[in-house]
Amino acid sequence: MSPSLGVQVGRLARRSITRTLRQPTIIVPNFVFPLFMLAVVSAGGDQVTDVKGFPTDSYITFVLGATLVQGSAGAATMAGNALGSDISTGFLSRLTLTPIRASTVVIAPLAGVALLGVAQAVVFLLVGLAAGVSVEAGVAGALALLAVVLLMVLAFGAIGLLAAVLTGSAEQVQALVALVLALLFMSSMLMPRNLIEQDWFRTIATYNPMSYLVEATRSLLITGWDVEALAVGCGLAAAAMILALAAAVASLNRSILKA
Amino acid sequence: MFARSASIALGIARRSTRKLLKNPLPGLPPMLIPLFMFAAFTGALSALSDTGGFGYYDYTAFQFVFVLYMASMFVGAFSAFEIAADYEGGMGNRLMLAAPQRLAIVVGYLIFAIARFTVAAVVVWAIALAAGLSVRGGPVEIAGLILLALLLNLATTLYGAGVALRLQSIAAGTLILLPLFMALFLSPVFVPREQLSGWLEVVAGLNPLTALMEAGRGLLADDPVSVGLAFALAGGLVLAFTAWAARGMRRAAAGPDAAPRRGPKGRRPQRA
Repeated sequence: MSPSLGVQVGRLARRSITRTLRQPTIIVPNFVFPLFMLAVVSAGGDQVTDVKGFPTDSYITFVLGATLVQGSAGAATMAGNALGSDISTGFLSRLTLTPIRASTVVIAPLAGVALLGVAQAVVFLLVGLAAGVSVEAGVAGALALLAVVLLMVLAFGAIGLLAAVLTGSAEQVQALVALVLALLFMSSMLMPRNLIEQDWFRTIATYNPMSYLVEATRSLLITGWDVEALAVGCGLAAAAMILALAAAVASLNRSILKA
Repeated sequence: MFARSASIALGIARRSTRKLLKNPLPGLPPMLIPLFMFAAFTGALSALSDTGGFGYYDYTAFQFVFVLYMASMFVGAFSAFEIAADYEGGMGNRLMLAAPQRLAIVVGYLIFAIARFTVAAVVVWAIALAAGLSVRGGPVEIAGLILLALLLNLATTLYGAGVALRLQSIAAGTLILLPLFMALFLSPVFVPREQLSGWLEVVAGLNPLTALMEAGRGLLADDPVSVGLAFALAGGLVLAFTAWAARGMRRAAAGPDAAPRRGPKGRRPQRA
């Protein structure tokens, strides 16, 4: 008799968490790089708050929303790398000899990145609070912020898993780093969309889904409980997660597990 | 001996160029990353030029110097990745057997980096001009700006070569790129130094790239500022990293056993 889905996911999730925690060379840059960007962008661009209509006089509070998204976007490469190396090293092929389901293989690697993603968000938030950031939505808002970041981590992780299933290689998943960074910089990360002077850039930022993720996290820091911003950001993240996971499971069923 | 060294240097440059032409994808990131930053910063932050005390004639021109320097430094870093990959794959050791003057190997990669810099500079200039970059400086000032960028490219390639020759692994990539990224962002990127405050103002004042950034912006605006200091600093960086790369080559030539090893309590282990 094969173990239940819960047992299968539990065992592979434990492996995923252990594996993630054993890779300081991956963990450390995921903490350091977003914090460095937060420090230099908020200190270097502080004058932006002088622009008429800017929603806050603390640029670090404004940028922290994007830093949380940048940190969660790291989940794409982490999860993708993990599954990609399982595919390229043949671990997945050996797993197919067991009565495992494709959904287990896809869902379990998210455990490690979810744990790391939340830990990152807590650290970023604490560093921000120490640097003078305030959370407009209060303590409940800070907890909600962590929940929103967790959802984004799962969404980016799912996209990374889909990339790994489609390419079958951990190296090719690395290309996601550049793509995610480019999307983040071309969003409303540095300036609210309504204050962007250049029409072409405002158009790009408006069509760029990353803007809505940034605005969801930022809303809890600056505006308070902005239901519309949260609904759009969380809705996009949830949709991306569901679609990417479904596509990854379908692709895995078609290719590797049936081979 | 000189003819043989020149032939080796040119051979390495030709080989690396052919490799890049066959597979141009790895050549794109050092140009694309700065161009994305250019689009993002000029697109999102142009309102900064309206804030009090900005003082520069155009925000696109202000960002252009940062982007030109970033492209020249990233091209240098990515050329150094080539050294790391060649040494990891064993090619570097075969090159050392053939070269009587081993620095000729580094010179070969430098020629490759200069060729890549030329292409990157043309692309960055062309895109910036198409995006509406306004240039106030004359031909001499623009030549000075390009020369500063070239010196940065040489310094970066030599720095990367020193790291690559010591580590002989493509894992050296992070160690090469991260300090460059940090040095670039610890200079006045978004506003002039006078508008910075707090810790960044202090750090930017100590960062040698700040003088180069200010001189470059001054040259582009036909209002030269600390140009002599900038050239002296850039030349100093090239000399310092030449020594760094030369020591790296000596260490690579001596092989892994030459690395200082220390046993317990800091003593050198006894040889059997």
